Amino acid sequence: MDWGLLLTQLMNGLQFGLLLFLLASGLTLIFGIMDFINLSHGSFYMIGAYFCGSIVARGESFFIAVLFALVGMFVVGALVEWIVARRLYRADHLDQVLATFGLILIFDAIVHIIWGPAGMAIPLPEFLDGQVSLGTLELPTYRLVIISGGLLVAGILSVLVTRSRLGMIIRAGASNQTMVEALGVNIHKLFLIVFAIGATMSGFAGMLIAPITEASIGMGNDIIIIAFVVVIVGGIGSVKGAFYASILIGLIDTLGRSYLDDLMKLFMSLDHAETAAPALSAMLIYILMAIVLAFKPQGLFPPAGIRP
Amino acid sequence: MGWIPSTVSGRCYCIILFFLAGAPWIFLWTNQPFLLDLLCRGLILAIAATSLNLIMGYGGMVSLGHAAFIGIGAYCVGIPAYYDIYNGWVHLGLTVVVSAIFALLTGLVSLRTKGVYFIMITLAFSQMIYFTFVSLEEYGGDDGLVIYLRSEFPDFLTMQGPVALYYWIFSTLLLTLFLVHRLVHAHFGRVIVGAKHNEQRMQLLGFDTYRYRLTCYVISGVICGLAGMLLGNFTGFISPEMMNWIRSGELIFMVVMGGSGFLFGPLIGTGAFVFLEQYLPEFMKFLNPSWLEYWHLPFGLLLVLLVLVGKGGIHGMLSKLDSKAQQSSK
Repeated sequence: MDWGLLLTQLMNGLQFGLLLFLLASGLTLIFGIMDFINLSHGSFYMIGAYFCGSIVARGESFFIAVLFALVGMFVVGALVEWIVARRLYRADHLDQVLATFGLILIFDAIVHIIWGPAGMAIPLPEFLDGQVSLGTLELPTYRLVIISGGLLVAGILSVLVTRSRLGMIIRAGASNQTMVEALGVNIHKLFLIVFAIGATMSGFAGMLIAPITEASIGMGNDIIIIAFVVVIVGGIGSVKGAFYASILIGLIDTLGRSYLDDLMKLFMSLDHAETAAPALSAMLIYILMAIVLAFKPQGLFPPAGIRP
Repeated sequence: MGWIPSTVSGRCYCIILFFLAGAPWIFLWTNQPFLLDLLCRGLILAIAATSLNLIMGYGGMVSLGHAAFIGIGAYCVGIPAYYDIYNGWVHLGLTVVVSAIFALLTGLVSLRTKGVYFIMITLAFSQMIYFTFVSLEEYGGDDGLVIYLRSEFPDFLTMQGPVALYYWIFSTLLLTLFLVHRLVHAHFGRVIVGAKHNEQRMQLLGFDTYRYRLTCYVISGVICGLAGMLLGNFTGFISPEMMNWIRSGELIFMVVMGGSGFLFGPLIGTGAFVFLEQYLPEFMKFLNPSWLEYWHLPFGLLLVLLVLVGKGGIHGMLSKLDSKAQQSSK
C-alpha cells in the first residue's frame, strides 16, 4: 500500500472537513437557535470568495484581502438578517425553504450583475504557492494554510462558545430559547450577532477555497447540501457535533472516492467495481445520514438539555 | 345549469380546463407550435406539482427531493430506449414499479422523521439518486441520454406527433386531478389531512398514521414518476440535471405559488412558473437588452415576497374574490 498517498488523501479529507465545519458551524447555530433553515447560507460562501477576489485584484496582498472581506461578510450577514431573515424565524419551515431559495437566486443574480458570468481566479502570493516537504512527502503549502486556518477558527469558536458569556447565552439559546428570553436577554441582538458570525465563517471558507477552485456563481449551492448533512449528523445546534461530523464526512467522502474501487475489487469483478464504486462513493455520506437519522434522529451529539 | 361551479375560483378553473382541452387546435390553427410545446412542459410539471401537493399540501410532508421521481421516470424511458426497447408498456411498467419501490424504501426511513429532518432526509435521498446517475458513465453520466423515439403503444393510442403527445399529457393530468380529488375526499385522505393537523389525536383514534403516510408517499411518488416518463418522451433528452435539488425547490415553489392544499393550486402555480420562466427574461430584455440574463433577480424577489406577504398563493387571492362575491350577493 502507498502510505504517502494515504497520508495525502487524509490531509485532503481533513481540509475538506474543516471547510465544511466553517460552513456547518454557522448553519447549525442558526438552525438550532433561530429554528431557521437557511438554504442561502452557501451564498455567503460565494460572496466571501468574490469579496476576497476583487480586493486581491486591486493589488492588495491576500491576507489584507481576507481581513477586509471578513469585515464585509459580517456586514452582509447583519444586513441580510435585518432585512429578510428575522421576518422568517417564526414562519413554518416550508416558508423558510421557499424564501431562502429565493435568496439564493437573488444573490446569484447580484453576483452576476457585479462580477459578470465568468469565474474569478485568485492568485496566491508566491510564498504560499510552493510545496512543503515533510520527510519523503511533498505537500502544497496552501493546503496546510487551509488546514491551520480552519483549525484556528474552530479553536476560537470553541473558546467563544464554551468560555465566554456570549457563548453561554448562545448555548442556552440552542437548548431553550424561551427561557433565555425570559431571563432578560435581548434575543434580537443575539440573533443578529449569531447570523452575522455564521455568514462571516461561511464567507471565510469561500475565501480559503477560492485560490484553488476560483470563485464562481453557484459555487455554494452544492457544498451547502453537504453542510446540511453535517448539521443533521452532528445534531442540530451543536458546534461540537458539527466539528466531529465535518471531519468524519470530509474523510469518508475523500477516502471513499479514492479507495472504494480498490476495496470493491476484492470481492467483485474489475468491471463491476469500476462502474459501481464512483456511484457508491458519491452516495456514502447520504447513506451515513440516513442511518444516523434512522437510529439516532437527534444526531450524534445533540446539544445538552434539548427537548426530545 | 347546476353543473356550473357557483364560486368565482371554481368558474376560473372550469374555464382553464376547457381551454386546455381545446388548446392544441387553437395553437395549430394560429400556427404557434412553440406555445404548444410550452403548454406540454407546463402540464407535465403540473402533474409533478400535483403529486407533491398530495403529500405536502394535504399531508404536511414537505419533500425537498421530489424531482428525484421525475428523473426516475425519465430514466425508465431513457435506459430501455438505450437498448432499443421502445415498447411503451415496458416503459410504463418500469416507471410505476421503480418509482413505487424507490418511494417505499425511502419513505420507510424518512417518514420516521418529522419537520426539518424530513425535509433534509428527502433532500439527501434525492441527492443520492442524482449522484448515482451522474456517475453512471454507461448512461451518459453528467451529459445525459438522447431518446430518439417516443414510447410506442402498439394497437393502442399513439404518442407520435405533438397533438397526440399533448393529449397523453392532458389526460394524465385529468386522471391525476381526479385521483387526488377522490383520495382526499375519501376516508384515506381525511386521515392524511387529520394527521397533518394533529397526529397524536389521529393515533389516539386508532389510526396507524405512519402506514397511511407511507401509502400516500408511494402514490405521490408513482404519479411524479409518470410525469417524469412523459417529460422524457417530450424532451427526448434526459440528464441528471432533471433531479438536481434546485428542481425540487422549483416544484415546491409551484405548489405554494398556486396555493398549497388546493386541488387546482399546483396547476395554476405551474402555469405561473412556466410563464415567468419564459417571459420574465424577455420582459427584462424589453426593459434593457443587457438585463436579459438577470431575470433570476426579480424571480427571487417574487419568491421572498410570496412568503412575506402573499399567503395562500394565487388560489388564496381567488378565494378572496369568492368571499367578496358571496358578501355582495347577500
